[in-house]
Amino acid sequence: MSLLEIKNLHVTVDGNEILKGIDLTVNAGEVHSIMGPNGSGKSTLAQVLARRDAYHVTEGSILFEGKDLLEMKPEEAACEGMFLAFQYPVEIPGIGNTYFLRSALNAQRKYRGEEEMDAMDFLPMFREKLKLLEMDDKLMNRSLNEGFSGGEKKRNEILQMAVLEPKLAILDETDSGLDIDALRIVAQGVNSLRSPERAMLVVTHYQRLLNYIVPDFVHVLVDGRIVRSGGKELALELEERGYSWTEHEPVGARA
Amino acid sequence: MRATTAAAVADTNTGLESWLENFAEFTKTAAGEKLPWLKRLREDAFERFCEVGFPTTHDEDWRFTNVSAIARTEFRPATSTKLGPGDTTAWRVDDVAASLVFVNGRFDLELSKLDRLPKGVTVASLREQIESHPEEVEKHLGRYADTQRDSFVALNTAFIGDGAYVHVARAVVLEAPIYLLYLSTKEDAATVTHPRNLIVAEDEAQVAVIEDYASVGGESAVFSNAVTELIAGESTVAQHYLIEREHLKAFNVSTLRIQQGRSANVSSHSLLLGGGLVRNNVHPVLAGEGGECLINGLFLGTGRQHLDNYMHVEHAAPHCGSRQFYNGILDGQAHGVFHGRIVVHKIAQKTDAKQTNRNLLLSDDAQIDTKPQLEIYADDVKCTHGATIGQIEDNALFYLQSRGISEVEARKLLLMAFAEECVERMQSNVARAHAQRLIGEHLLFTEGIAPQTGTLGRVTERKLEEVG
Repeated sequence: MSLLEIKNLHVTVDGNEILKGIDLTVNAGEVHSIMGPNGSGKSTLAQVLARRDAYHVTEGSILFEGKDLLEMKPEEAACEGMFLAFQYPVEIPGIGNTYFLRSALNAQRKYRGEEEMDAMDFLPMFREKLKLLEMDDKLMNRSLNEGFSGGEKKRNEILQMAVLEPKLAILDETDSGLDIDALRIVAQGVNSLRSPERAMLVVTHYQRLLNYIVPDFVHVLVDGRIVRSGGKELALELEERGYSWTEHEPVGARA
Repeated sequence: MRATTAAAVADTNTGLESWLENFAEFTKTAAGEKLPWLKRLREDAFERFCEVGFPTTHDEDWRFTNVSAIARTEFRPATSTKLGPGDTTAWRVDDVAASLVFVNGRFDLELSKLDRLPKGVTVASLREQIESHPEEVEKHLGRYADTQRDSFVALNTAFIGDGAYVHVARAVVLEAPIYLLYLSTKEDAATVTHPRNLIVAEDEAQVAVIEDYASVGGESAVFSNAVTELIAGESTVAQHYLIEREHLKAFNVSTLRIQQGRSANVSSHSLLLGGGLVRNNVHPVLAGEGGECLINGLFLGTGRQHLDNYMHVEHAAPHCGSRQFYNGILDGQAHGVFHGRIVVHKIAQKTDAKQTNRNLLLSDDAQIDTKPQLEIYADDVKCTHGATIGQIEDNALFYLQSRGISEVEARKLLLMAFAEECVERMQSNVARAHAQRLIGEHLLFTEGIAPQTGTLGRVTERKLEEVG
């Protein structure tokens, strides 16, 4: 059984069809990259997978470990092992970072019938993960993402992912707005989480991130459809030639 | 005779007869009725009340709050009731310097605790203090609260009987707060109390007072008409906390009048959780140079609650700063009001006044009226005000849910976070912990936390901001 099986997915937002029949299969241990120009539907796909309710699925199906993902609420999908690293992480004043993350972890553990973690067990594990992302623990005493720089927000997303240990992690434009140092740290964090049990879906506009997080598969999304799929070399070709050719050249040329 | 004049006026004002009767009855046994100054204070105030009666919505200061339910109810004075310690344990707050319990407006010595006070701090019931040290009371009582402008203050002043008296001597620092608890019990008839508190903190002193209104037993129409005068001397640090958590049949009108000396630092914190019809007046006068005033509040309304906050910050000396922060969360058909009036007198140059009112509406029928009112007569001042009205943000809700937190829990977290902004400004650990506990308990029963059916309303945040 595949970890994720998307079949003929059609999605509309405010009456406009954004995704026009997506087929995608992701197996455990694989890293897939979704590339495409702005407005092609990459982020919509990411948000649908995380179960944002503003997106309406009009056709098709998504199975997550064989279960119907479209029947799940966002929190259920999360507890089943879905994780979305947001393109724009939300600032929430008044909710402490550490408190939030422990609440989330315990909500997931409870869902899975595991014992909740108390602060004594949580903190050492949490400190390890902070080190991995080279994050200052002073940030963790502050409110969730409040006053964080762009880079700090993105690192915080990966930190959450490291703590929650999802089965499928979706990185939505995690590279945008990062300088090269921050990019390296984020990629290092992501790479350390690669494992045979975990799959990743890296959504990006640029090839740059893929130098650090090397994908097994690259898919090109244009106007709501996957127009081309290939190996990591496809990303390099896109970097050189842009996206427009992918719609016109026959797919048969691919390896 | 004064009472005759009042009677003549009362005839033309329907609904005032019962007050006239109450007043005649009250003055027979009132504390210090033999003191000419106090007798006169009461009579003048009653006369003023009879002249003007209760305000109506035609009155600019009462535009959003209709008090006709109070005006047309015949309230009897609440009678003293004996409560056992068991009845009040639920209300106790630990780690306070002293606690005074008032049951139906009467001081209850047995339920109170006054034995831990350091030297230089006097805490007593006002009734006692009027009888034992009238000259101390006379220096301040009724000098600040304005009976001319506000008929509720006039009514309270007419019925000055009991309440708390707090005096902190020069340079005495009292770190733990003084806790005042006003309990009303269920009665067969509609009843009224007029708690009157006098807090005097001399130069360089430090004091914190918590005023907490709660109900015991079932619901009946009770009306608390409270006035607190807080006098802060030079370089004095004073904190006042108002907590309203009565049942939904309660009427609560409370007025906090603060008089600040030079470089005094005073804060007023309000937490409105209960009460059916609540009016919270906070009126600081920054009368000495370099004074600082923080006005912080949180109101949580549900059902058909009406919670009105009327702030009136008066800058009467140069180089003073004032900060107002009020957050409202309204659910059901609740109606909230924030009226932020700032008056900067001609002499008050270099005033720095800021006002912020943020509101969350959790239902379509909830309503908020927010109104800034700036009157600036000096030319070198900084005054800003801003108000927002919004809903729980979809983005924030989704973000929390996407990490595995249930929708109900996520809503609760977001509301707690919104409330926490106000709680964080409370300087006293004891008051903060008390507030946190009460808010947590209160939110458990707030309807808006429960998931709404259908799609969630989209984020609509209106931002009204102006810099003047």
